[in-house]
Amino acid sequence: MIEWTGAIVQGILLGGLYALFAAGLSLIFGVMRLVNIAHGDLIILAAYMGLSTTILLGVHPFVALLFVVPAMAALGYVLQRGILNQTLGPDILPPLLVTFGLSVIIQNVLLETYTADPQKLVGGAIETASLDVGGIGIGVLPLLTFGIAVAVIAGLQFIFYRTALGRGFRAVSDNQDIAQLMGLNKAHVFGLAMALALAVVGIAGILLGMRTSFDPAIGGGRLIFGFEAVIIGGLGNLWGTLIGGVILGVAQTIGAKIDPGFQVLAGHIAFLIVLAFRPNGLFPRVEH
Amino acid sequence: MSTSVVTRSTTASRIAMVIGGLALIVLAAAPWWAGRADMRLMGEIYLYLSLACLWNLMAGYAGLVSVGQQAYVGFGGYALFGLAIFGGLHPVAAILVAGLIAGVISVPIAMLIFRLKGAYFAIGTWVIAEVFRLSFAQVTALGGGSGTSLPVGIIRGMADGRAAREALSYWLALGAAVTVLGAVYFFLRSRRGLALTAIRDSETAASGLGINIWRTKLEVYVVTSAFTAIIGGLIFLQKIRITPDQAFSVNDWTAFVIFMVVIGGIGTLEGPIIGTLLFFLLREQLSDAGTTYLLILGAVAIVVMLKAPKGVWGLIRDRFDLELFPLSYRVRNKD
Repeated sequence: MIEWTGAIVQGILLGGLYALFAAGLSLIFGVMRLVNIAHGDLIILAAYMGLSTTILLGVHPFVALLFVVPAMAALGYVLQRGILNQTLGPDILPPLLVTFGLSVIIQNVLLETYTADPQKLVGGAIETASLDVGGIGIGVLPLLTFGIAVAVIAGLQFIFYRTALGRGFRAVSDNQDIAQLMGLNKAHVFGLAMALALAVVGIAGILLGMRTSFDPAIGGGRLIFGFEAVIIGGLGNLWGTLIGGVILGVAQTIGAKIDPGFQVLAGHIAFLIVLAFRPNGLFPRVEH
Repeated sequence: MSTSVVTRSTTASRIAMVIGGLALIVLAAAPWWAGRADMRLMGEIYLYLSLACLWNLMAGYAGLVSVGQQAYVGFGGYALFGLAIFGGLHPVAAILVAGLIAGVISVPIAMLIFRLKGAYFAIGTWVIAEVFRLSFAQVTALGGGSGTSLPVGIIRGMADGRAAREALSYWLALGAAVTVLGAVYFFLRSRRGLALTAIRDSETAASGLGINIWRTKLEVYVVTSAFTAIIGGLIFLQKIRITPDQAFSVNDWTAFVIFMVVIGGIGTLEGPIIGTLLFFLLREQLSDAGTTYLLILGAVAIVVMLKAPKGVWGLIRDRFDLELFPLSYRVRNKD
């Protein structure tokens, strides 16, 4: 029994990481209806940026965040204004195919630069530290990851509903043309949204790199986990995304408990069950 | 008073048909004039051409942008191996049965993923492909994660001697490409094809004309899935070996195919043909470049999508008003 409780707790904490994968995806879709197929590859890119920073500067991965997060945000702004803004419109094909092309490019640039060998960010003592709560060992790093996920989502929620920037996001999301007439530069607002999304991707990449080993080919899988968390939680609801991540994480750890080869498959099956019975997700945003 | 006539065929399309027919005869005779390596390459081109035509029918006409067609390619491959090894079927029969089964299982899959719209549909198809990959990796009878090979006895049983087997394999690939191209062409010329073209141009207007959009899309998805599985079976009949990672590879069976269609021109029949030829031309030129080749391909696809979204064929067609497959109607004054 205690083993299963342990698996569920691990799953909840793993869900925090998936919510971080999903938050950026959810944010950009909410603001500009863009689905970024390269999202997962950008997470892996951030992990490699963290790797280079820790090696070159000899710093802890958490210190590398100070470099990786602004760098990813800048990349996001440039990417959006330079390429992705040109793809936005009524037709869904251009953004999809352009981000798909980007995904292939990022994967192969990483492959050229870092080879296909698995890498890991070395976090030191924190990786193995754990707390004993009623006989269940809880890893400090997963707990910290979950705490960061909650803080990031609370932060995004605050930006979205309490700041001028968030008002701009909501305005272009509701009606791009009228927002433009009201003096917002939508190209700039979209750039800022992508910058914010990739800042979150930067955090997610570093935490992923400390948790597991990574190689250039695993981006697609991370995109899928994030996407599943978004759909399970309900489109347009950031707190729902966190719960979606938790459900996905729990399904995976329970699956792994049954059979190690069953871990990822169990997550996909949980997603398909939600899609079959609650196609709008568990907590869809209520339209006022 | 001048009267006008409505025609579909043009001089260009009639010439193209004659040239196409002659080319087909020459290609069908390849076992008598081409070397072994050339025949393998041409076989690969035919199978990729088929995948490109099928993906184009879904994405370019039905608006179903899938990045998960590798689900059916891999399924076709695995079904061939399973049916041939354990069911004792002849490989060609096994491939046809694989297509049938794929068509049947694509119906419940469509019921699920059609709930996702646009780009989310695309990622949903990818999830399905991952479910297929992870499930087949669990089947120990087919080698689990490390895959399996087609037994020598089954391969020998296909035809007498190596040359005859290679010729058969070549003709199967050529036949598949001609069948797919022909099926897509006649489908688009039919009443349903007209409905599909209307959906491509405007879903709202099409639905206003009484077209059942959901049903039309479902039909396209099911037929495409069945054909894709057949092509998958043929691909792995050539490879003789199958692993889950290769069978359900998003790069090999979807990324390449998307690049071909986008570069050639999406939403036209000529586009995938040109795109496939350009793809292989580029690949043969850059075969030493390794990963750089994929980098260049990705960049070319992005530039085409941004600067010339109708692809190479779109540029040619706009410039010369050409159409090799007579699909659209033209109104002319009768002199």
